[in-house]
This record gives sequence, structure tokens and C-alpha cells, in this order.
Amino acid sequence: MSNFGFVIAHLPFLLVAIATPFAQGKAKWFAYAVMAALAIGAPLILPEFTQQYSAMWVLVVLALTWDMQGGQMGYNSLGNIFFFGLGMYMSAIFQVSVAHDLGEYTYAGGINVFEFTSVQYFTGLAIGLIAAPVICAILAIPLGWVLFGLRGPYFAIGTLGVAIAAGEMFGTWEWIGAGQGISMPPFPGDPDTAKYTLYMLNFALVVATFGVAAWLYSTRFGLALNAIRDDEQKAEGMGLQTLWIKQVCWAIAAFFVGLCGAIYGNTVGFIEPLEVAFQTIYLGIFMVVAVLLGGKGTLWGPVLGAILFHVLKEGTWTYILGWQWVALGVLIVVIVVYFQDGIMGSLRRSRPELFGEFVDRKAAEEAARGEAPA
Amino acid sequence: MWANIDILLQVPKLAAGLFLEGLLIGAVFALIAYGLALVWGVMNVKNLAQGPFVIAGGYVCWYLGGLGVHPVIGMFVSAVVMWGLSWVIYQAVVRQVLEMDMFVSLLATFGCAYVIEQGLSLMFTQDTQTIDLGWGSLDVFGDGLVLLAWQKIMAFFICCVLAVVLVWFMKKSRMGQAIRATAQNARAARVMGIDTDKVYRFTFCLNGAICGAAGALVAMIWVIQPFYGITYSIRAFVLVVAAGIGNLPGVIAAGLGMGSLEQFGGFILGAQYQQALVVGLLLVVLFFRLLQQSRKRQAVA
Amino acid sequence: MKHFGKVMAAATLGTAMMAAPALAADEIVLGSAISLTGKYSTNGLHAKNGYDFAVQKINDAGGIEIDGKKYKLRVVYYDDESTPARGAQLAERLIQQDGVQYMLGPYSSGLTKAIAPVTEKYQIPMVEAEGASRSLFNKGYKYMFAVLSTSEQYLASAIDLAAEMAKKEGKEPSDVRVAMAFENDPFSLDVRAGVIADMEKYGMQNVIDDKLPRDLSDMSATLTKVKALKPDLLLVSGHSKGAATAARQIGEMGISVPMIAMTHCEAADVTGKFPDAANGLLCPTQWAETLSYSDPFFGTAAEYEAEFKQAYPEYAEKTVPYQTAQATAAVWVFKDAFERAGTLDKEALRDAIAATEISTFYGGIKFAPEGNNIAKPMVLRQVQDGKYNVVAPSDFASHQIEFPRP
Repeated sequence: MSNFGFVIAHLPFLLVAIATPFAQGKAKWFAYAVMAALAIGAPLILPEFTQQYSAMWVLVVLALTWDMQGGQMGYNSLGNIFFFGLGMYMSAIFQVSVAHDLGEYTYAGGINVFEFTSVQYFTGLAIGLIAAPVICAILAIPLGWVLFGLRGPYFAIGTLGVAIAAGEMFGTWEWIGAGQGISMPPFPGDPDTAKYTLYMLNFALVVATFGVAAWLYSTRFGLALNAIRDDEQKAEGMGLQTLWIKQVCWAIAAFFVGLCGAIYGNTVGFIEPLEVAFQTIYLGIFMVVAVLLGGKGTLWGPVLGAILFHVLKEGTWTYILGWQWVALGVLIVVIVVYFQDGIMGSLRRSRPELFGEFVDRKAAEEAARGEAPA
Repeated sequence: MWANIDILLQVPKLAAGLFLEGLLIGAVFALIAYGLALVWGVMNVKNLAQGPFVIAGGYVCWYLGGLGVHPVIGMFVSAVVMWGLSWVIYQAVVRQVLEMDMFVSLLATFGCAYVIEQGLSLMFTQDTQTIDLGWGSLDVFGDGLVLLAWQKIMAFFICCVLAVVLVWFMKKSRMGQAIRATAQNARAARVMGIDTDKVYRFTFCLNGAICGAAGALVAMIWVIQPFYGITYSIRAFVLVVAAGIGNLPGVIAAGLGMGSLEQFGGFILGAQYQQALVVGLLLVVLFFRLLQQSRKRQAVA
Repeated sequence: MKHFGKVMAAATLGTAMMAAPALAADEIVLGSAISLTGKYSTNGLHAKNGYDFAVQKINDAGGIEIDGKKYKLRVVYYDDESTPARGAQLAERLIQQDGVQYMLGPYSSGLTKAIAPVTEKYQIPMVEAEGASRSLFNKGYKYMFAVLSTSEQYLASAIDLAAEMAKKEGKEPSDVRVAMAFENDPFSLDVRAGVIADMEKYGMQNVIDDKLPRDLSDMSATLTKVKALKPDLLLVSGHSKGAATAARQIGEMGISVPMIAMTHCEAADVTGKFPDAANGLLCPTQWAETLSYSDPFFGTAAEYEAEFKQAYPEYAEKTVPYQTAQATAAVWVFKDAFERAGTLDKEALRDAIAATEISTFYGGIKFAPEGNNIAKPMVLRQVQDGKYNVVAPSDFASHQIEFPRP
């Protein structure tokens, strides 16, 4: 069972994800519906994979939001994981504080037993899940003001620096448990309901993020993002408030990343600063690789990339344990070096008609020869 | 915190000790950062595997030590081994990303970092290792207040010698001149008949060798463990960004400065802020650069 | 390269186990997520060897007898890479995908903290041997039991000893000045919390309180402070890396504090790496092979060590770490509880574990309602001429403490 169970559990998602870009018009909606049905049904049929599915949706959300400023706007951040950790901690702080004093709750020497009633739990969860993303989005504005002045590698390293510094600072703050971390309040009720509820929260977030991204890219704002990516100076010259647009874009991404972190903190059950919350060298890198794998600057690319990368990653853990990092490292190298346009990117080049683009091949060839098209 | 500052004011010898200690370890940081700056400046590759390279170099030296090779000789061997490893990585990975978006090199080398880290742990287990020569310490003021390990002092001098050799090599040798020419303008260098591919390969391998030597020194003055490379990568990046690419004297100065800063920061604020301080420094430098830039922009307008 | 084959074998074994078919009828399967890679992997492997040794020995002796039927033990391992997120995920996988009904603990308090909510959720009894954090036992967990002493006791006897020494020299315990350097991780912070509570009891002064970052390999700034402030007692805790770094730099910088106590001396092999600097260090331990504990199955502590070394020749040159002994004890608790419960039902088993009251080669085991073992003290050993000798508490001491340290 465990030998093939993993493949059986993940293959349908992969197939639908790969098939979706080929679907046009009504078929596309059909593909989305199949995906949603799979997502809702699979953990009911195969409850043992629920946790792995949750991790998959987390990666999808992170990839989608990373692509907002990485792919669409051309700002390659390595520090989006900052909002993931921040959201996780903010939510935890509110969830615990509803019922108990956080300082006492996290104090290492304490011998008190802390219990949460279900009213306390759900009030805390509601407050946490609202407050965490809002705080992240608000914080993204001033942070963006500082960081978006940086270009290219400096932006990537600057954002990475913010995430690492945040991990270190949260790790010294005793009130939130410092390096001890925080055990999240346990979900009242039986374990299967708990797991499925949290799973559905994760998946609902994917739907929301995807919807917002799709809507965003169809607006003027989306075009402005592309303009900044293609030539920021010209975009500014055309009268776009580039800094403000960048800040807003990052705030939207931060909102969803923060919410994702808040939900995932509850899914994992125990959070700590360096390896769960501000995990710069794990999820922080994986989300970027997932986007590159799927194709930067496309809507479905990040989703496809995240699902594929998640399956490959979990596959190495399932089948070649002991060499998993070697395999993953090689995988990352192959993806970024040989597969840079990603699946959607290369598909767009080889079959542009799938993207509703019409290419006059003759004219293109003439243009390539340096002749003006007639 | 104020009490700690007070101690330093009352016993200036301790402050001097912290400063010296900072200089000694800063030299090793500077050496690692120098290699990173070289690769970054010449080929525009941001090598995130810098830290794992260093650790790998340390393990080579430690392994040879177990076979009875003296660590100072082991250091040279480790430089040669890391040259070879870099050559392989250059051919397999780095060469393909030269013409690409700078972001690709960051991720590609990060992938290499994963491979090296687990490779090391598979070969040498994850035990913490160290090389102790049993040389004792130098009593700086003769009163037992400030002791500096002879191994650290030796590491410092090796770093100085390597730096001088490297600078001389860059200035005088044909290859060094070719490297500098390529860094300034790769296209023009090609026009002038320089085989830039060879220059790039040489540069990357040179960095590998530098990391190998630095790794041996790290194993001699601290401890090594397969998964602790990333902190050296972070430090090297901070130094190069702080000093500015292509500013090699700046990298060295920043390295020595950061060593002292860490020592004083750890003393005054507590060790928990040491790492945060380094990253905080990076952010401050970036912010400072930003202000400079915006001032320039206004001047043009 | 000699370790290479071993690790490969472990990896292959792990893969083979995952590929193994569903549970055979006369088998009891225990599950464990254990650190085989990452920063805890040294100790993770020690623990795994302890588990394997016990399983092998119990199976060789015929297995576990429940209601007249013999069962063999088997353990399914996954590598948690020393990260809590991974550990929690793997615990789910063990319980849900592999149908494991009984769990052995992971290595380190952080991982146990991550896994305990999962086992609790599915009401899976877990006997853990490597998570000592006090904060594990204030969450009201009902299915988690720990055979080891909790973390606040690790350095408590060092504080008592310092107070005793102060009195001997005609000073008050409240005159004792303590410097602390603890790694910023769940385990060490718990040790710190215990130390602070004990210091308050004596009214001792806390002059340095540094938290070492997890990836820091340099303590010289903290140790310079130690030189300046001349405390009477220096306490260090930071797993193997912290112990190795501390031992090295204490020697290099000529730190002359009369008493230095640190955790994980044996795991870091400080006596082998820094024979001079290590002399006089005080090292708390859960267990020592020189203690007079014994049981009919494993024999005395010394016999256990000898037999273990025979089974695992790579330990021949080293002291068998307590991490291994307590892992063995955890498996033994399962055997004992299964036989008393007389059924495979996990609820009955939980109650049987809760009622455990046995003495073993590892010491007494009796669980408090919160799940921690209250029948066994920590002992303090001092490195004397390259050997670890028990110096406190006085009931167990085989040697006199050397004070001040040489």
C-alpha cells in the first residue's frame, strides 16, 4: 500500500493540473471543477494523505502570491516567507491570548496545565485568522517603501535579509517563547473533523487566492504590474505611480501569505521561529522554484509548478530517503538551469494558440530577418 | 547592557582583546567574502553554495588529519580538492547560467548547496568535528586577561599571506589581468582575444580553492558540521553587499570590521543578538545605499 | 568513508521497511520519526540504536507474550530531518498511512513537542525517551510518557553543589554568582528555566544570561564576559555543537571559573577532542554505566553497556551515551505494559503504561499523571583524568568532586 499509495494519491492532481492549460473556454471551467472536486473529495477517500495535501495547497498559495510580484511585476523576492512566519505568529498570539496570558503559556518552567474551551478556541481562531493577514498587509506598505528602492539581486538579498532577521528577532523574544516556540491550542472535537476542517481552510484559501489573482491580472492594475516588469522607467514616465503600485501588489501578496501562515500554524500544531515559521531555506526557496518550474508570469503556471514540485519533493522523501536532499538539489538545479521558462513558458512558445495568441509565422520570420512586416 | 559597556570602559584591555579576537576571525570571513566578490564581480554569479564549499573544505582537511596529514598541509590539499569540485560544478551548472538572469545563479547554486550538504553528511556523518593542534594560547598582556589561541593567530597570518598572493596574482599575472579585463567588459575582452570561458572557469575554481583553504582554517579555529554552511554564506553576502561589488579592499575592511562588531555586539547585547546584528547590518547598508541613490536621482532632476 | 556504508545501510533499511507489506498477524509494530539527518542526527542515531538493540534482544528472547501468544516487535522509522514541521507530518503518516498504533518518541524536546499533539489527537500511546522539556508535561497530554528525568533537573544538582561548596568555604549560597550560556532551543531554554528557579531558591546572583544562536560556532564574546565578571559557576547547554565549542574555547581563552557544568559532554566527546580543557567539567547525565541499577533482563547498567558494545562495535572506544540507554528503556516499558495489559487494545495499554512501576538497568520508572518519570534522579559526573566519575547526588557518588576545577 505505502509503496504505491503515494503515487495513487497524487497522480490525479498532477494529471488535472497538467491538462488544465490545454482546456479552452467551457472546458477550462470543467477542468477547474474537476480539480475542486478532487481537492474536496480526495482527503475523504484517502484521509491518511490529508496532511500532505495541506502542505501541497500551502505551496500553491505561496507560489501564486510569489508570482504576483516575482512573475507579473518582475521583483524577485526571497523574503516572502517573512509574511508566512509573521502571520503564523500573529495568529498564534491572538489565539492563545484569548484564553491565557501568553507569557505564562510559553514560560519554560511553568507547571500549569492550559486548556481551551471550544468557544475560546473558535473565537481565538477567528480573531487570529482576521488579524494575521491584515497586520501582514499593513506592514508590507512601509516595508515595500524601503525595499522596492532596491533593484535586481539587491532586492532579492534585501528581502531575504528581512526574513532571516525576523527569524532571529522572534527567536530572542521571550514573551512569544523565543526558541521554545508555541504549541498551538488543540482543535476541540475528534481528530478527523479537525484535520478536514483545517485542510478545507487551506484549500479555501487556494481558491480565494487564485480568484483574486485571476481578477487582478485582468484589470488595469494587472497591466500596470506588467508594465513595471517590462520597463519600470517608461512605466513611470507614462505617469504610473510605480512605488505605490508595487507596495499595493506586495500588500496583497502579504495578505494571502500571512493568512496561509496562520492556517498552516494550526495545521502543524507547533510553531517555532527558525524551522517552522521563518523557514527561509525550505519553503522560502521552494515557492520560487515551484514558480520557475510552472512558468513565471502566468496564472496557472504557479499552481502547476507547486503541485508538480510538491509531488516530486514528497516522492523523493517517500522513495529515496537518505538521499532526498541530494535529489532535491539536483532537481532544483535542473529546473532553474535547463527549464527556465517553466512548463507554461515553453508551452506558450511552442503552442501559442493555447493562450489565445495568434502568431503570424511568416511575419515573425520576416521580422527576424530584419524586414518590416508588410 | 550598560553594565557591560561599563566593564569595557573600566578594563580597556578586555576591549582590546575583543577587538583583536574580532580581527582574527574577521580575516577568515574576509577571505570567504573575497572569493564570493570575485565570482560575483567577474561572472555575475551569486554563489549561495559558498558556505557549504567552506564546510566541505573543512571536512577534507579534517579527514586528512585523521590519516595523519598535518592540517597546514591538509589545507593545501583541501584547496586543490575544492578546485576540482568547483570545476565539476562549473561545467555542470554554472556555465549554463552565465548568460541568464542573475536570479537563476542564486537558485542554481542553492541547489548545489543542498547536494553538498547531504553529500557531506552521508560521507562523514553529522558529528561535530574540529581540528585541535594543541598549540595553546598567546597571553597578550602577560596577565592572563586576554588569551588568543595560536591557531587563530596562525589562521590570521595565513589569510594575510593568501590575500597578498591573490592581489599580486590579480595585478601581475596574465591570468589575473585577463580576469580583471573580463570583469570590466567581457565583450571587449573577447574581442581582444581573451578566452572568457576559460577565465570564468578559472575564476570559479579559484573561488573554490579559496573556500577550501578557508574551510580548513574554520575547522582549525571553530567546529564544523555538514549543515552549518549557510551561516558562512550569509556572512559573505553581507560583506560583499556592504563593501560593494568590485571593491576588494572594502571587502577586507568590512570583514575585519564585522568580526569586531560581532564580538562587541555579543559582549554588550548578548550572544543571541550576534547573528541578528550581522543581518541587521546588511539591511542598514542597503537602506543607506538607497538614500544615497535617491539623493543622486534628485540631483539629476 | 567508513560511516558511508553504515548510513547507506540505514537508508536502504528505511526504504525497505516502507516497502514492507502490511502488518503480519503476530507482530507488534512501533513507529518512530527519528533524526537521521540534520543537526540532531548524531543523537538521533544513538537513540535509534538503543531502540534497535532492545527490539533485537526482546525478540531473541521470544518476543512479547500477550494472553499466551507470542508477538515479535518491529519498529518503523522515518527520518524527520531534525525539523519539527517534518516530524509532525511523519507522525501523521506513521499513524494514518502505516497504521501504527504505538509510538516511540523522536530525538529532542522540539521534535517531541511537534509530535505529541499528533499522537494525542489520535490517542496513540507514545513512550518517549529523548524529550525532557518541562513544557511537554503541562499540556495535559494523556498518551505521552517519558522515561527520562525532565530538563529542569539537568543542572539542578550543579546549583546544589555550588551552594554546598560556598558553605564549605564559609560563604553564603546567595554570594554565588552564576553565568549562563544556553542555546536558543526548547531543550536548553527549559534547562535554563529550571536553573533559574533553583537559583532563586538560594538567592544566587545571575551575572550573565546569554542565549547562543543555533548556528553560532563562536562563544568568545560570552566567554570574555565570563573573564571580566569572574562568576563562581558557569553553565553551558547547547547540544553537541555547543559542548564542543564551549570546551574548545574555555581551554583556548584560559577561563578559570572554579565550577563549570555543561550538558552533552559525552555526545560531543569532549574528553576525546579536548583532553586538557575537558578536565574538571561537570556533566549531568540521565544514566551512567557505573550506577547500581539493574533488572533481570538487561542485567546491571554495566552489563547493559558491555552487551551493547558487543552488538554495536562502533561504540567500543566510546562511552555508551545515556540517549541510547533510555531509548532501550522506552522499548522495555512497552514490553512490560503489553504483558500486564494482556491485550493489544491501545486504551488498555495506555492504562497499563500509566500504572508502570518497575526498576530497570536505567533506573526506576514510575510516571506522574502528567507523564514524566518521577522515580529516577539525574546524576552529575565530573571529568577526572579523562574519565567520567559520578560526584553527585551523594547517594550515587563514586568519587569526590575536585573543587576548584584544575
